[in-house]
Amino acid sequence: MNQPTSLTAVRAHLDTALSGAARAWLDQALAEAAAATGHGDEKNPPVWELRFAEAGRRTGQEHADAARVVLLHAARADTGTLARLYAEGTAAERRAVLHALPHLVPGPEGLPLVEDALRTNDTRLVAAAVGPYAAEHLPAHAWRHSVLKCLFTGVPVDAVAELWRRAHGDTELARMLGDFAQERTAAGRPVPDDLQRVLALTAPAPPTVKES
Amino acid sequence: MRIFDPHIHMTSRTTDDYQAMYAAGVRALVEPAFWLGQPRTSPASFFDYFDALLGWEPFRAAQYGIAHHCTIALNPKEANDPRCTPVIDALPRYLVKDNVVAVGEIGYDSMTPAEDTALAAQLQLAADHELPALVHTPHRDKLAGLRRTLDVVRESALPVDRVLIDHLNETTVKEAKDAGSWLGFSVYPDTKMDEDRMVEILRTYGPEKVLVNSAADWGRSDPLKTRLVADAMLAGGFTEDDVDRVLWRNPVAFYGLSGRLQLDVPAPESATHEGNSILRGGA
Repeated sequence: MNQPTSLTAVRAHLDTALSGAARAWLDQALAEAAAATGHGDEKNPPVWELRFAEAGRRTGQEHADAARVVLLHAARADTGTLARLYAEGTAAERRAVLHALPHLVPGPEGLPLVEDALRTNDTRLVAAAVGPYAAEHLPAHAWRHSVLKCLFTGVPVDAVAELWRRAHGDTELARMLGDFAQERTAAGRPVPDDLQRVLALTAPAPPTVKES
Repeated sequence: MRIFDPHIHMTSRTTDDYQAMYAAGVRALVEPAFWLGQPRTSPASFFDYFDALLGWEPFRAAQYGIAHHCTIALNPKEANDPRCTPVIDALPRYLVKDNVVAVGEIGYDSMTPAEDTALAAQLQLAADHELPALVHTPHRDKLAGLRRTLDVVRESALPVDRVLIDHLNETTVKEAKDAGSWLGFSVYPDTKMDEDRMVEILRTYGPEKVLVNSAADWGRSDPLKTRLVADAMLAGGFTEDDVDRVLWRNPVAFYGLSGRLQLDVPAPESATHEGNSILRGGA
């Protein structure tokens, strides 16, 4: 779970979920994105960037993330373009850029965007930041803090991609979780259920018993 | 009772205000870009402010079950500062955003040539982006300011029925109504309008195209004035339908001219953190 959903699946989902007018808008926008060459400039951005901005009112809020991600992919947006769209974006646009990272940026160059999102207290951005791209590239210290931030801000840890793989055997994460639980207990506050779940995942696997 | 506050500066308000507003019936609001009390000295400081109106503030509002939209502009006061006027060149990239439902607040402060230029340029931007405009009337020399505002609107590409003239009162309402604009009234504890005078104006001029707001900000103001006007209307013999028209349907109709209003915010506690589920491997 929490592997990047294939863009073919996302597109197929949009095709069935969108109304006729919204689907026609998206088809047109994707064609514009695929045909785009060059970066434009501040005064004359490529037309697909306007489509990226207006996706919410064209497709409805519930489909905007998906529509924006397939648009970024169709435009073959590079790291520089993604960073600019993130910097100039609304919270919804920033979320879409974060979701697009695993599909468009093979290396760690997109990490500054993930780190920016993790510094916010907007839980929708935090949840989008701890996806498959963070699982693949976020260094250990920052990744542990991202898990702790989810617990602090109430983002369900189900949002954390590859939680099991990265938490497994992580004694430092276990220490941090233990300290956090102690702090909550000392304050007379409940320890979040999610904390116990992650703590259990940090345990190393039991030694394999050899058959005699 | 459902209430839409069409003009309130939530950046300056606390979470207690959001909670009290929700309890009073506020389910939607528009936060116009304006000045912050302390003058700004560079465009970058405006951009951080605009980004907050499109990022952090809607998130705060959503946590309290309130739909947050904004209007974007260079305000008339700071339009007089040459350090700030380059903001106008950057407005097009903000005016395409989903949550931007008008150009505003624009208008006059001291009625200077720099304000003339900024007002005309931004009315043109509204027309170019198919957005309505929120135009405030000045605190000083208000009637002369209204007349000059209406002249500039008539000369612009934006039809007057896509303009909300705000901070109206007994001395300015008739000319604004005769011009065919939408009519905004800010209800304050001490200045501008109060609840009872607001009811009198509604009796005299009717509820058509009338919007009532708290314009609450960092000064002495009250984010619950919209509800107090609703209560005063009911006490004064208006029907619940009249109240709904003035405090909900009129603002929805005006800002709906943008085609960008999204009023379906989940109730508090049920907000999703996940965004689109398909992107997280669920359908």
